[in-house]
Parts: sequence; C-alpha cells; structure tokens
Amino acid sequence: MVKNRIILFILAFLLWLLLSWSLSLKNLMLAVAIGALISWLAADMFVGKSNVLNRPTRYLWFLYYVPLFIWECIKANVDGAYRVLHPDLPIKPGIVKVKTTLKSDTGLTFLANTITLKPGTMTVDIDKEKGLMYIHWVDVRTQDTDKATKLLIGKFENILKRIFE
Amino acid sequence: MNEIAGMVFIIIGLVFDFFGCLGLLRLPDVYNRLHASIKCVTLGTSSILFGLFLYKGFTPMGIKALLCILFLVLTAPVSAHVLSRSAHKAGVKLWEKSVCDEYEQDKK
Repeated sequence: MVKNRIILFILAFLLWLLLSWSLSLKNLMLAVAIGALISWLAADMFVGKSNVLNRPTRYLWFLYYVPLFIWECIKANVDGAYRVLHPDLPIKPGIVKVKTTLKSDTGLTFLANTITLKPGTMTVDIDKEKGLMYIHWVDVRTQDTDKATKLLIGKFENILKRIFE
Repeated sequence: MNEIAGMVFIIIGLVFDFFGCLGLLRLPDVYNRLHASIKCVTLGTSSILFGLFLYKGFTPMGIKALLCILFLVLTAPVSAHVLSRSAHKAGVKLWEKSVCDEYEQDKK
C-alpha cells in the first residue's frame, strides 16, 4: 500500500525533526533517510486502514477524550495514594469480566490503556472473538458482567467508538 | 515564572512516584502492586517530564521531554497488561482475600 507508506514516512520524518529539533541540511537529509527506512520496514504493521483519516468528527471527539483521560488519570493517582496511605489498606480486589462492542485493534488498545490508567482498574486480558475483557478491580462493587460493563467502560467505550470505528 | 511552575510540577511528580513505590511495598500481591506502580509512576514521571519542559521551554531537551510523555502514556499500560497477563498464565495466585477471579473460571 503506497498510501500507508507515505503516511508513515511523514510521521517518522516529523518525529525525527521534533526529536533532534534542528533544521540544518544534514539533519533534514538524515530525517528523509530514516523516514524512508521506517516506512519501508514497518508500513504493514503501523497503519492498518488509512481511510480512518477521512472523517473529521473523529478529531473533535479525540480532543474531547484527551482532557477527560487526563482527569481520570489524576483521579486514579489520588485514589491510589489514598489506598496506599490508609493504615487499613481499604482494598477488595478481584478479576471481573466486561463485554465490549469495539472491534478494531486500535480501539481495543486505547480502551485497554484507558482502563489501566483509570481509578482502580487494570486490564488483564482481552478475548477479541467473544468481545470480552478481564479487568482486575481493586474495589469490586459488583460481580455481574452487565453492571460492571456499565460502571467501568460505559462512557469511554462510546467515545472511543466514535473515534476509531 | 516558568521555572517556578516547572519546579512545582517536578515536586508533584516526585511525590506521586514516592506513593507508587510505597504501594509497591505495602500492597499484598502482584496485581495490586502493578496497580500502584503503573498509575502513580505514569502520572508522576509524566509530571516530572512536563516540569522539565516548562523549565527548559522549546529547546531540544524540552521537546524530547514532551515526546517522552507521549511514549510513556502509550507504552506503560501495555507493559502492565502484559505483566499481569503473563503472571496469571504462569499461575501466580491472587491475594487470599480477593473477592472473585472470573478469568480463572473461564480458563477451565
């Protein structure tokens, strides 16, 4: 796929320029060489579907997702610090099962990462065929799959579906 | 001004990193320890790097710090997931006071 290669070349080129932060001729030539090498080696792995870039509303949803994610991350840290500092260790751990309707690899990866950085939850495994995720939860409030799905991933699943599917 | 803000971010990051390490010592089993370490270390280290960016501004060092935040946030949760999954597959038991383990039930 030529389109995948071009997208990956531009990304690698820009990333190298950012990393080295200089616009001299020597550095630009090096950036072109590195971009070419990476797009030749990894084009099939990196960009799965290049037509993902077509719908512009994705980017707006992504801009909405980032601050929400950072807020959840800060909440997770305060929550974790509270649990660690409390003398009685208020934890009630367990692995629960939730259902997900996301299908694409990128969407599932982002959902799993978001869950891991959310307060009190961590993804242990994903069963892609059955659409199941196994989540280690520090404070198990319900063992019912549907209730846990709603509590843990409801909000983020809807946003990520709009971004990646 | 930027230097003071950078210092504040670096101190916040150090405090959260400390909580993460404390969690690593205090919590009972592999999975709970991963919780503490991954969450606190991701935000704590990101905060230190962001403080470095504020301190240094748009210099090569500051930009590299920003890019490191991006890579850290993308890769740290994946490493936590891989560690917990492989620990479970290798037969590491959950803490004895754990409530439920539906992963174990589904594997049988």
